[in-house]
Amino acid sequence: MSVGASTVREDRLGALAPRLFLGGGILGVAGLGSSVLIGAVGGAWDRLLFSYLAAFIFVLTVSLGALWFTLVQHMTRAGWSVVLRRLSEAIATNLTWLGVAFAPIAILVMLGKGELLYHWADTSVYDAGSEHFDEVLTKKHVFFTPTFWTIRAVFYFAVWGAATRMLFGQSVAQDASGDVSHTHRMQRYSPLFMVLYALTQTLAVVDWVMSLEPLWFSTMYGVYFFAASLCGFFSVLCVSLWLLQRSGRMQDVVTREHYQDAGKLLFGFGIVFWAYIAFSQYMLIWYANIPEETGWYITRQLGGWRMVSALLLFGHFCVPFVLLISKHTKRAKGVLAVIAGWMLFMHYIDVYWLVMPRIPADLLAQSETYRQLIDSIQESGNDLGFHPHVLDLTCLVGLGGVAIALTARRLGGCALIPIGDPRLSESITFENM
Amino acid sequence: MGDSALSAGTSDGFGLLAEFETPAQIMRAARAVHDAGYVEWDCHTPFPVHGLDKAMGVKPTILPVLVFFCGLMGVSLGFLLQWFTNAASIEAWFFGIVRGYEYMISGKPMMSLPAWIPVMFETTVLFSALATVGLMLVFNGLPRLYHPLFKSKRFARVTDDRFFLVIEARDPKFDRAASLSLLETLNPISIELVES
Repeated sequence: MSVGASTVREDRLGALAPRLFLGGGILGVAGLGSSVLIGAVGGAWDRLLFSYLAAFIFVLTVSLGALWFTLVQHMTRAGWSVVLRRLSEAIATNLTWLGVAFAPIAILVMLGKGELLYHWADTSVYDAGSEHFDEVLTKKHVFFTPTFWTIRAVFYFAVWGAATRMLFGQSVAQDASGDVSHTHRMQRYSPLFMVLYALTQTLAVVDWVMSLEPLWFSTMYGVYFFAASLCGFFSVLCVSLWLLQRSGRMQDVVTREHYQDAGKLLFGFGIVFWAYIAFSQYMLIWYANIPEETGWYITRQLGGWRMVSALLLFGHFCVPFVLLISKHTKRAKGVLAVIAGWMLFMHYIDVYWLVMPRIPADLLAQSETYRQLIDSIQESGNDLGFHPHVLDLTCLVGLGGVAIALTARRLGGCALIPIGDPRLSESITFENM
Repeated sequence: MGDSALSAGTSDGFGLLAEFETPAQIMRAARAVHDAGYVEWDCHTPFPVHGLDKAMGVKPTILPVLVFFCGLMGVSLGFLLQWFTNAASIEAWFFGIVRGYEYMISGKPMMSLPAWIPVMFETTVLFSALATVGLMLVFNGLPRLYHPLFKSKRFARVTDDRFFLVIEARDPKFDRAASLSLLETLNPISIELVES
C-alpha cells in the first residue's frame, strides 16, 4: 500500500522549461510590444490602459488564488494535496514580478495622469470652483490621494512577495534536505500570511478595480474577487496538470483522486461559491434599489453588456454546474481539463465585465434619473465601453506569455512535486473513497 | 475453534461468522469471498477500511441520482410556493379551497425571480438533505433494533478492535461444510455459527 518517498521518480520540467520560457517570452514581448505600438500609432492610449488593467487583474487573480491554496494547505496540514503544491507555489511566485507589471499604472497615477483610468485621480473633482466638482468624492479624497494609493500598492506587493518567497523557498530547500523543520516553519507563518492575505486582497481590488467607479461601493466586492481568483487558479491547476501528464511528467504521483479533488475545489469555489457571492451582491442591490448602487448593474444590463452578463450567468454557472456536479466528470482527466479551460476563459470574461463597462461622464451629468440616463444612452448609441479591441488580446497574450515564461523558469529549477515533504507518500496513496 | 459445535445440529442458523485481527486480513478475506461468488454476505469493522468496498465488489449507490431529482423537486416546489402565495390569484385545492394572492412589493414585478431565488435555494438544499438522510436509512434497512449477529458474544468486539465477515445462510451458494472450509483457508482467529 505505502510508497516510500525514496521510490518516487524525481520529475522535472527539464527540456520543457527553456522551451516554455522562450515561447512565453516571445509571446510576452510580442504582445506587450504590439500593445504599446498599437496604442502609440492608433492613439488608443486610454483603451490600452483599460485592456492592460484587465489582463493584469486576470494574471494577478490566478496567482492570488495559488497563494491562498498554498497557505490553506499548510494551515490545515493537508496531506492529500502535497503533489499539487509545487505547481501552486510556482504560480504564486508570479506575485513578485506582477509588482513590476503594476508599475506603469502606479507611475501614471503618481505623475498626475491617473484620470485616464481612474475618475478619482482627476484633481478637478475636488475643486469647489470647477464644473467637475463632486462633493461626495471629496469625502473619499483622503483615501484616494496618489501617494497613499501607491503606498498601499507597495504594501500589498511586499506582503505577497514575502509570503510567496517564503513558501517557495522553504519548500524547495526541503527538496534537498528532507528536513521536517521547513514544514513546521511554513505551518507557523501561514496563519499570519492568511490574515494579511484577506486584508491585502480585499483592499487591492477595491483600490484597483472597484475604484474605477469611485462613487459606487459593494461590501461583497472583496469576497467576489476571492471566489473569482480561485476559479482562475483551480482552472489553471487542472489544465496544467493535464498538460504535464500528457507530456509524460508526474505520471505515477498524480492520480484521478487528485483530479477529483481539484475538480471539487473548482466546482465548489470557482462555480458555486462564485455564483452564490455574485447573486448575493446582485440581489441586495436589486432589492434595495438605491440609485447610488444600481447604476453599476444598469451599466452592465445595457447594450452589448447585457449579453456578457447572460454569458456569465449561463457560462460561468449554470452549464458548468450541471457538467461538473458529477463525480465522473471530475475523475475523467481530459473532460475536467476541457471544462477547466472553459472556466479560465469565463474568468477572463468576468474580469473584463468588471473592468470595462463605463458610463460617459457627459451623459451622466445631463441625466437626473436613471430612466433619463438609460434613454440618453440608447439615443446616443453609446456602447458603454463594449467594443472588443485588438488591444484586449495583445495585452492578455503579453502578460499571459510573461506569466508562462517566468513560471516555467521558476519551476525549471526544482522538482515538480515537493519530494522532501514528509506527507508525500500520504498524498500519492490518497483515495477519495 | 469449536469444529464440533459448527458441525452439530441441522439448522444453518443465520450464517457463518469469521473473526479477523487486522484490516489487511479482512481485505484479503473479502476479496476471496467475493471471488467465490457469494452475494449475501457482509463485513463489519470498527472503523471505515479504505478499499474494502472495492474488495467486496460493492456496486456504487444510486443515491446521488435520486438526490439530484429530489433537489429538482425542491427547486420546483420552492418556485410554485412563492408563485402561488405572491403572484397568482387563482384558486387551488389544498385540504380545502385556497386562493393565491397578488402582492405588490416595493413596485417590483409580480414574478420577481431574484427575490425568490434564496427560498428556492433553501428548498433545494432541504429536499436534497432530507432525501440523502432518508434514502440512506432506507437503503441500509434502518432503523433496525435487532440483528442476529448480536447473539454472538465475540461480535461485541466489532466496535473495538476486531474485524468480522459473515456469510449468510440464505445465500444460494451457502453450504455449511464448503463455506466453512473457505473461511478456514483465510486464517481467522475464530469461526462460529450464528443462530437465526
